[in-house]
Amino acid sequence: MSGKTEASLSSFRALGKRIGMAIFYAILIILAIFQILPLVWLLFFSLKNNQEVFNTPLLALPSPPRWENYVKVWVEGDIGRYFFNSVWITAVSVIFTVLLASFATFALTRMNWRLKHVVLGMFIVGLMIPVHSTLIPLFGFFTKLQLIDHPMSIILTNIGFNLPITIMILLGFYHSLPRELEESAIIDGCSVHRMFFQVILPMTSPVIVTTTIINMIYNWNEFVFVNTFISSEQYKTLTVGIQNFIGQYTTDWGAIGATLMISVLPILIAFFFLSDKIVEGITAGAIKG
Amino acid sequence: MNKMMSDKKVIALYILPSLLLLLTLVYIPIVMTGYYSFMKWDGIGRMEFIALDNYKELLKDKMFWKSVYHSFLLAVFSVISLAGYLAVSLVLSGKIKGAHLLRKIYLIPMLLSSVAIAQLWLRIYHPSNGMLNHFLLFLGIDDPPNWLADPSIALYSIFVPIIWQYAGFYILIYYAALKSIPASIMEAAIIDGANPWQLAYKIKLPLIAGVVKVTIVLAVVGSLKYFDLIYVMTGGGPNGASEVIASYMYQKAFRSFNFGYGSTVAFSLLLICVLVTWLIRKLTRSNEEIQY
Repeated sequence: MSGKTEASLSSFRALGKRIGMAIFYAILIILAIFQILPLVWLLFFSLKNNQEVFNTPLLALPSPPRWENYVKVWVEGDIGRYFFNSVWITAVSVIFTVLLASFATFALTRMNWRLKHVVLGMFIVGLMIPVHSTLIPLFGFFTKLQLIDHPMSIILTNIGFNLPITIMILLGFYHSLPRELEESAIIDGCSVHRMFFQVILPMTSPVIVTTTIINMIYNWNEFVFVNTFISSEQYKTLTVGIQNFIGQYTTDWGAIGATLMISVLPILIAFFFLSDKIVEGITAGAIKG
Repeated sequence: MNKMMSDKKVIALYILPSLLLLLTLVYIPIVMTGYYSFMKWDGIGRMEFIALDNYKELLKDKMFWKSVYHSFLLAVFSVISLAGYLAVSLVLSGKIKGAHLLRKIYLIPMLLSSVAIAQLWLRIYHPSNGMLNHFLLFLGIDDPPNWLADPSIALYSIFVPIIWQYAGFYILIYYAALKSIPASIMEAAIIDGANPWQLAYKIKLPLIAGVVKVTIVLAVVGSLKYFDLIYVMTGGGPNGASEVIASYMYQKAFRSFNFGYGSTVAFSLLLICVLVTWLIRKLTRSNEEIQY
């Protein structure tokens, strides 16, 4: 008898466990839908005209899908120019940020000097500082240097404000590099510079890829600086450009959807191919910070 | 070797470019913001020293305190939602098929620009054609609210996309921390007869307490200085109903061209962030530094 109760108890437990797991999966999947649904809806309405946005089901494709929305905003809305600005400003900013941060991390982890912990502390605290507390002096500073409404102001601030996070991600990797390599390089008669460029930099390539991707995302999405420092259309990047463009076309849903899709597509494509690196970079940056 | 790595000229060459950029773009501006906060200045004309007048005005400025209240409200919401992310991560880090993929899906919104997110959610909240009210009408709710125009709910309406934006980020961090707990510790606890709840409360949570502390600081400071979505979606409106400290500063400095008073708000924002960070670190000091 006791065996029978035990058996029914254990099958009851197994059932409970299965229901529990089902609930867990349901929660996880609902969360995933919540995270992804707005973007799916965006894709759908970017392919509709107003008539179809208002009258067809939320998640239904019109036939035929109106790809002309994309052509229209790219040509008429000058989205192409904003896109090009975003590309080159992001590229220049990322190259300098990663290179300068690698220099700094090398000095912070490999060289011997007295103030290095103070300087490291300054980079760590730099992570916490609100951008808005620097905005007014930076505006004055760039005005004096005649860099206001000039892409240089954006590139400089992109570099300055992303150096701390980049150095934090690099630090962990540099700490794990064996010192014997440098020693043997130096015994072989290498100068510090040759050692850095020919030994250290190539060895850190995995983490350089990670920091490059993270910086690309941050710079691509930068908004406050461009919005504050840049006023002429010819230098605006995609974030501020779409903001202005949408302001003019508030009623054309298809055009707005297509503009937004164009602005997020490069990030989504990068994510599709490089998600492991992105995950790694975000985790490392956050936990170290 | 040591001699080469102690050469002052070489060290300067490697550290100075970054350090100078950090100083000129971050630290010197902060000092200058503090200095401007004692000035009457429109950004173009001459500065006039007015001592603490800006701060006296700030103390009486109802709109400033309202924005401070809203920023702290966002901080409270963010910290409460951390508990939810932690629960999700505990489940996700268990024996869940597809966990690897799910945490990546959760992360996607965080990678998009705030402007794109804001514009997208402006459409979602659109009173007649938005996804949300479309859905509510479908459910038979005849008179769905005007989410961003109604002052009593506008602020909360913006909290939702902010949380949507960052959920995946925190889940990712917790997930990574939970996965890094050595298997031997978990096995030992299971052999000792710990059930899943005890494993979570007595073993996993204490072991990732350091990471939880970091995320609390990140969530609170991130909320206090939050700007982007609010600026794009409502500009702080309607009638200040969704104004936060950073958007108020931006409006004072770059819309009303009151650079002196804007600096006072900006410097107060910095002080609030520093103070709150220090306070959280002090309050959570006891459960620091767990080694395993």
